[in-house]
Amino acid sequence: MRSIARLTVVVCLLAVSGWAAAPAPAAISSSEDLQRQDGDVGQFGGRLVIGQRAEPKTLNPVTATDAVSREVIGRCHADLISINRITQKTEPALAESWKTSPDGRTFTLKLRRGIRFSDGQPFDADDVVFSFALYLDEAIGSPQRDLLVIDGKPLVVTKLDQYTVRFTLPRPYAAAERLFDGLAMLPKHLLEKPYREGHFAQTWSLNSAPADIAGMGPFREKQYVAGQHIVLERNPYYWKADRNNQRLPYLDELVFLFVGGEDQQVMRFEAGETDMVSRLSSENYALLTKEKSRSGWQLADLGPSLEYNFLVFNLNDVDAGKMGEIARKQAWFRDLKFRQAVSAAIDRNSIVRLVYGARGTALWGNVGPGNRLWMNQGIPHPQRSVETARALLKSAGFSWNGSGQLLDSSGKPVEFTIVTSSSNTQRMKIATLIQDDLSHLGIQVHVVPLDFRAMLDRVFQSFDYEAAIMGLGGGDPDPNPEMNVWLSNGATHIWHLNETQPATPWEREIDTLMQQQMITLNYARRKQLYDRVQQIIAENVPFIFLATPDVLVSAKSQIGNFHPAVLDHYTLWNADQLYLRASARGVERAGIR
Amino acid sequence: MQRKAWIVLLAIVLAALHLAILAAGFLAPYGAATQNRDLSYAPPNHVHLRDSSGWHLPFVYRCLPGVDGYREDTSTRYPIHFFARGEAHTILWIFRSNLHLFGVDDPARILIFGADSFGRDELSRLLYGGQISLAVGLLATFITLAAATIAGTIAGYFGKWVDESLMAVGELFLCLPWFYFLVGARAFLPLHVSAAGTFLLLIIVIGIIGWARPARLIRGIVLSARNRNYVLAARGFGASNFYVLRRHILPETFAILLTQAALLIPQYVAAEATLSFFGLGVSEPVPSWGNMLSALQQYNVLVSYSWLLAPAAALVITSVMYWLLADLLHHWIQSHSIN
Repeated sequence: MRSIARLTVVVCLLAVSGWAAAPAPAAISSSEDLQRQDGDVGQFGGRLVIGQRAEPKTLNPVTATDAVSREVIGRCHADLISINRITQKTEPALAESWKTSPDGRTFTLKLRRGIRFSDGQPFDADDVVFSFALYLDEAIGSPQRDLLVIDGKPLVVTKLDQYTVRFTLPRPYAAAERLFDGLAMLPKHLLEKPYREGHFAQTWSLNSAPADIAGMGPFREKQYVAGQHIVLERNPYYWKADRNNQRLPYLDELVFLFVGGEDQQVMRFEAGETDMVSRLSSENYALLTKEKSRSGWQLADLGPSLEYNFLVFNLNDVDAGKMGEIARKQAWFRDLKFRQAVSAAIDRNSIVRLVYGARGTALWGNVGPGNRLWMNQGIPHPQRSVETARALLKSAGFSWNGSGQLLDSSGKPVEFTIVTSSSNTQRMKIATLIQDDLSHLGIQVHVVPLDFRAMLDRVFQSFDYEAAIMGLGGGDPDPNPEMNVWLSNGATHIWHLNETQPATPWEREIDTLMQQQMITLNYARRKQLYDRVQQIIAENVPFIFLATPDVLVSAKSQIGNFHPAVLDHYTLWNADQLYLRASARGVERAGIR
Repeated sequence: MQRKAWIVLLAIVLAALHLAILAAGFLAPYGAATQNRDLSYAPPNHVHLRDSSGWHLPFVYRCLPGVDGYREDTSTRYPIHFFARGEAHTILWIFRSNLHLFGVDDPARILIFGADSFGRDELSRLLYGGQISLAVGLLATFITLAAATIAGTIAGYFGKWVDESLMAVGELFLCLPWFYFLVGARAFLPLHVSAAGTFLLLIIVIGIIGWARPARLIRGIVLSARNRNYVLAARGFGASNFYVLRRHILPETFAILLTQAALLIPQYVAAEATLSFFGLGVSEPVPSWGNMLSALQQYNVLVSYSWLLAPAAALVITSVMYWLLADLLHHWIQSHSIN
């Protein structure tokens, strides 16, 4: 009995230690075509812990919609062509090279040879064709499907040989190679069966066994504890190596802790329980800066983000019978001079100072200074002027009564409501500032915070609102993802949705220009077209642009190769190259499991 | 005797507090919505009596942005003027005036309790906010006790099925998760309810929700009073129900009503603060103690700007004084009751 007990103890110890150790990188064979990375050569080992706002909803790259799920999924999968977050240009990933046909419609990609999924199975063109079949399948309804359908026709994927794939677009599409970024290549050997059986959308949920999930990313799932954390471990077959030909990633494990909102993430970071925070508000950034001297954190202000916040007036066609008040007020909103006056009266500098703690930039267009390649530098940036606003209103037929209230041409006082999401404290503050600014014009503004979903419903479905403060953008600097906002029949053409044809001549002009730039392959010519679009937008003010915050991140000083960028994912886009400097590792091993 | 003196003292202090809040326009140096955008999160001013040139009447320095916050500009003294002219305001919504108890000359600002994120004076907002919070507390209590008296009296006096049905409805109200109900109710309201409308709605909603418990107490009193000898005698002489209620039974309930009022008022002030904290009360820029505290939901604000907790202190002080009053009243009534 004693020897059996001893044997059991030994076996248990072995099992525990075996389970505890992360897999070492597999030896590199000569048949593998690895991609060499240029970062600093780091040290192997260690665990990185990062906090998340909520739990991921799924680990399925095709059906995931929320940012939290995508944060985890992005570390476990890889795409064919990536957009480098620092240069904002495309570079080869799983596709080691590609040729474009002269008409810009056909892409022939050569895949890397000899590379494997995280479960050791080989990757080839069959997996690529299969993955695109999943993305394009209407029954599955992937959110990425819209990106791959141009003019109502999906792109066609053909296998030419084991390592060559051809993509044919229905028409030329500028910067088409940017479409591939973020489209995870999936293992046919694991997913074909669920797909044929019709339950693909339910596969790879959080409750799936890690052994059933495989990807081409630097990490693979190791463990998920509901309500607590999800642990990713090194992918021993990862297809990238550093300059010294050592297989990446450096980190043994990447842990996502479900801690809650930004405040909780900051508190955990201060306590040393997490190693980085991927997006900070300026107040928390200031808070961490004060403590930085004794804790030696790396804090980075990456400059203006690609988002833009704006005030939008409801210019939709509403039923005057049911929404009479709104229809009446739209007479003011439709007047260009009214919108210009409101824009002139808004104190953007105060928004940047008070809401973004001076870590932000005022905006007068949808493309801000964060987007170096596409910003139209020639758009005017008029400073705030209440006199200009009053003059504009006067020339538009408005007047003021004895107590300073603004009256329209029929003598009714001008007042309206701004709705905004109650969970976004920054936009609520912007609303309060605008309320005060417009009171100087005699306009009474009411601020109504709404639950986010309730607000979206009013803005996109029922049109039962007068004005709203919202934000868009932030994904890709390229103009093509903005098509849905500026095309008159676009899904996010918020000020006037469901237009069957352009409601104004300038919207028609924007339609033409955007369609043209979409098929123009030459950057200089595209820039000219998009510059003109930005100019028209600035002149006609469908959105009153307000400001954009800077991207602010923090990380412990021990994290090497930390190169945050303004494109998502701000801090983990190069998770395969992150490493922990040796001194920290002892602390990490003793940390919470 | 001792106790009665305490009761009177507390009543006077509470009355002074309420009067101060009623006279917010005069006592507050600035308006509730006046922003000072260069004084965002400015700390409370230090009132000085002495500088390098000797003693002076109380004065403040101007706050200027400095390294890591604000610094005092010691180059100029700004003496505190009493009965100063300032922004226009109305007392009791009728008398217009621009006289304030104290103030300083431009461009300095006197921020006794510091400023919030828009540079709005916290003391002024505390006083104006108190108007909303206390008014809601008082009026809602009145509604609750009125409803409770009516329901409790009818239930206790007429008994049988009237009593049973009223108390069953009361139980329904008692077990409602009223907070979630209010969150849901907000969705049904029109997009914009005016400040006055929100105010009224808050009073009615808070008032109506809590009638069941006081109603039970009053019902108990009415039940016992109904069977007293003098009541039976009056009925024997042909007194109508209304006469009996008015002359003999209702006076018995005054004691309970008084203590219930002293208990409910702080509860309802806190209820209004809770609703405003979650954005269901009055909206920007009208202050209420609740929505002033909601800024503290952010971790960095709670940690860095402790002067913004002033409304919490005000709530605690008000509540404690009311509870003390309720306690004293309760003991005083007990010692004087015939039972």
